[in-house]
Amino acid sequence: MSEDVRIGVFICHCGSNIGGVIDCPGLTEYARTLPNVVYAEDNLYTCSETGLAQIKKGIDEYDLNRVIVASCSPRTHEPLFRATCQEKGVNPYLFHFVNIRDQCSWVHMNEPEKATEKAKDLIRMGVARAYHLEPLEKHSVDIVPKALVIGGGIAGMTATLNLANRGFDVKLIEQKEILGGLLNHLHKLYPSHEEASKVLAIRDQVIGHKNISVHTSTIVKDVEGYVGNYKITIANGAESEQFAVGVIIVATGATIFEPTGLYGYDGKKVITQFQLERILKEKSLAANNVVMIQCVGARNEERPYCSNGCMTALKNAKLIREINSNTQVSIVYRDMQTPGTENEKYYRDAREKGIFFVRFDPEKPPVVEESGIRVFNEFIQSEIEIPSDLTVLCTPLVPYANSKDLAQLLKVPQDEHGFFLEAHVKLRPVDFATDGIYVCGCAHWPADVNETIAQAYAAASRASTILMNRTLEVEGSIANVDEDLCVGCGICIKLCPYDAITRTEEGLAHVREVVCKGCGLCGASCPERAITVLHFTDDQILSQIGILLEDN
Amino acid sequence: MNKNDNAVLIIGGGIAGIQASLDLAEMGIKVHLVEKDPCIGGRMAQLDKTFPTNDCAICILAPKLADCARHPNITLHTLSEVTNITGDVGNFEVTILKHARFVKEDECINCGECIAKCPKKVLDTFDMKLRNRKAIYLHYLQGVPSVMAIDKENCIYLTKGKCGMCQKVCPKGAINFEDTDKEFMLNIGAIIVATGYDPYDPSPLTQLGYGMIQNVVTSLEFERLLCASGPTKGHVERPSDENPPHKIAFIQCIGSRDIKNNPFCSSICCMYTTKEAMLAYEHDSSVKSYVFYIDMRAAGKGFRKYITRGNREYNISYIKSMVTEIEEDEEGNPVVFYEDMATGELKSMQVDLVVLATSLIPGKDSSELAKVINIELDEYNFLKTAPFAPLDTSRPGIFTCGCARGPMDIPNSVAEASGAAAKAAEILSISEAAVRAAEPVPGSGAVAKD
Repeated sequence: MSEDVRIGVFICHCGSNIGGVIDCPGLTEYARTLPNVVYAEDNLYTCSETGLAQIKKGIDEYDLNRVIVASCSPRTHEPLFRATCQEKGVNPYLFHFVNIRDQCSWVHMNEPEKATEKAKDLIRMGVARAYHLEPLEKHSVDIVPKALVIGGGIAGMTATLNLANRGFDVKLIEQKEILGGLLNHLHKLYPSHEEASKVLAIRDQVIGHKNISVHTSTIVKDVEGYVGNYKITIANGAESEQFAVGVIIVATGATIFEPTGLYGYDGKKVITQFQLERILKEKSLAANNVVMIQCVGARNEERPYCSNGCMTALKNAKLIREINSNTQVSIVYRDMQTPGTENEKYYRDAREKGIFFVRFDPEKPPVVEESGIRVFNEFIQSEIEIPSDLTVLCTPLVPYANSKDLAQLLKVPQDEHGFFLEAHVKLRPVDFATDGIYVCGCAHWPADVNETIAQAYAAASRASTILMNRTLEVEGSIANVDEDLCVGCGICIKLCPYDAITRTEEGLAHVREVVCKGCGLCGASCPERAITVLHFTDDQILSQIGILLEDN
Repeated sequence: MNKNDNAVLIIGGGIAGIQASLDLAEMGIKVHLVEKDPCIGGRMAQLDKTFPTNDCAICILAPKLADCARHPNITLHTLSEVTNITGDVGNFEVTILKHARFVKEDECINCGECIAKCPKKVLDTFDMKLRNRKAIYLHYLQGVPSVMAIDKENCIYLTKGKCGMCQKVCPKGAINFEDTDKEFMLNIGAIIVATGYDPYDPSPLTQLGYGMIQNVVTSLEFERLLCASGPTKGHVERPSDENPPHKIAFIQCIGSRDIKNNPFCSSICCMYTTKEAMLAYEHDSSVKSYVFYIDMRAAGKGFRKYITRGNREYNISYIKSMVTEIEEDEEGNPVVFYEDMATGELKSMQVDLVVLATSLIPGKDSSELAKVINIELDEYNFLKTAPFAPLDTSRPGIFTCGCARGPMDIPNSVAEASGAAAKAAEILSISEAAVRAAEPVPGSGAVAKD
């Protein structure tokens, strides 16, 4: 190391998240004693603008060329601290993150002294590593200013139209024969009782748009590449087509759970709300007493989630009463899900319109019999019988069975129910962790039409933050092959989960820089030690292990 | 298409306004973000943690605040309000009134010398008036921009012409008592209103004793009591005797689902109450919480699981009930009277602390703003949106998102904010295309084509 290494250490209290457990001032004193540390301080919140100003001031006043922040998690905060270093001319790869919240104060909150000792170890290791850090450059790649939208329901069409209106070419793929998704099967929509077919009028704009090409009866066969440059293969029967896009939006929707074996479901006298939609659409309802049962196949052990079906039941109950006010409609429910302004008003109105409501306890579920249903009514503390010649079961939305295949093609995760899993539940609701891929509508979680439309615009917005730029910067911490050492054994090619490694004409390993995520599998497995993962070099890692073992 | 000169105005610097700003800025579009408070951050900055992951609110918000401050395409206008909008979609003339801060934004280094010396104490509204701040103050610890502001109603110098301690101690000469309110105009292509909500004040519901029984607090007050940067530094203490509460009652639907107050459901209270009860347990595992609710509303992603976890792992009992009254015993303990809906019995329960899950109501300024910018409100005074066009207000080119149009949680607000950004960007593309069609410039037609 020819230059003089000057390390600054900034220790964050994170309010009481860290400071409430760990002795941060003591940690700061300790950091000052470590080799090459020329400056150390503790801050209440290092990520606040004040804290960041302190880092910049430290760089100026102490001529720091390595910066360490000991705080929460690189997952949320590394980009911020790296950018702060860069602003002051310190290469962002000369920044090192020590995680003393997740790895110390949170997991050892009942053992503050041990947590503090562990934090010291981690900081000592961080300082050792910082000594070996090297500046790296980010690469930039060109972006294909086109989008692929998978799923031609209201979500996919809304996102497609927004992007197309903004001048981007969009390929819209739908596995069914026509666009429209679930709305094709619905009668009227709450809360305005607009006909679903009217809301689907957007279809004409999509089909006629000069920037949109629609592919129905088509599925995605293969996905390769990376943000800004995905190579897509689609197939319609035996025919297939290849093209490149910069971003992908997943809007594949969900399907209705079929309640086989529950409450005597037979599709005739005991049907689903979904089947009722068709009956109402065809104006073929013939029943004097209708009983609706909520949470069928939902909020149980197998499917513990709430699918937000109460509004559907309320709507169909109201529509039935509008057709014939002599028809008795009862809704047997657990918790009425009508959040917000309009939904709650809709519910109150339903109560005033003479629809009969009975709450049931899952311990004492309703029983469907030939002439009606029996249910324990808590309000009067006794069992009641409600006559019924049509029983309607409200069943949850569930992911399509083949969404697993798509998840594998796109290398994106699903949650335990099979809905697609976003990057961050709170602040990145429509992003996947993989750059350049987004999700909206019921593919993400059961959503009503308004929520779906809002999310579709959101996905279009997020996608266009990529598309509006001509080029994209990619990570510098990637694998690097020393061709003099590589023997072309191909182990790395087989192991790479991102297909980032190809063979050169000479048969040697070659890393496609944009695809590489720097995971390190190849580096750890190369028998010739020909692969170095930049920013995670042997020197950098071994120095950390070395200093830990040396002092213990 | 890149680097559009036509800017977007965003009114409201909470999480919704911030997300919309960042999306548009990333697209290369200029953004003017107007916030009435001295710092951006909004309600989310007041929260301790967020459901259903229990992520620390400020920890996930702070990077976005810093991004807003740093982004070259975003101009922050704090302590500012919109006073007029003329013109039409694609070409609005907006008048902004920026109130005097009395502190030079580019000089203040947030050293805090002024706060230490300022003799005037004022109730801190950010901390729900649970502690005092000074007349010169930082809106909140992690606030952006991280500069002081002087509250002119309370500053001794500005009201009586003497004191001036802050000016004497400021090492940067950043205090400017001569500062005045300034008005200026902006040319704007599209507008997003993201003015959020206000918490309902439960004082009129006298049967609940808020304001009379010390140990009855609101959910946002309790949030500040849980928070490390709050008035008790994260030690949960009940107001009457500063003792840690062991038995807490959370009462739902306060001011919500109530035709005499707000008939609507506030959407998020079942969830934030569960979060607050979980956090109380994390602070002190001897805490037992009771949630008095009407319907448990937990349809969002992972929400049901969260309620179950609260019940199984955090010592929370959920009681389906109607609370009729809260009284106080001789030791200052609240006593909750309620009808248990499972059995129909009338019961009472003595607890150490009561937390009222207060409703989310339209911001008090939103009817004023709606008048100024000529958009319609719904019957509750939230911004009115059309069926199946949830982000469109009644005036073309003006969009909305988040709690300005109705109570909703953070993920929905964030999704809607991104959605409103897409709609605003669409307006700019269309008006830009129209300009281009009118005056053809060679080469500029190659928009997003290879």
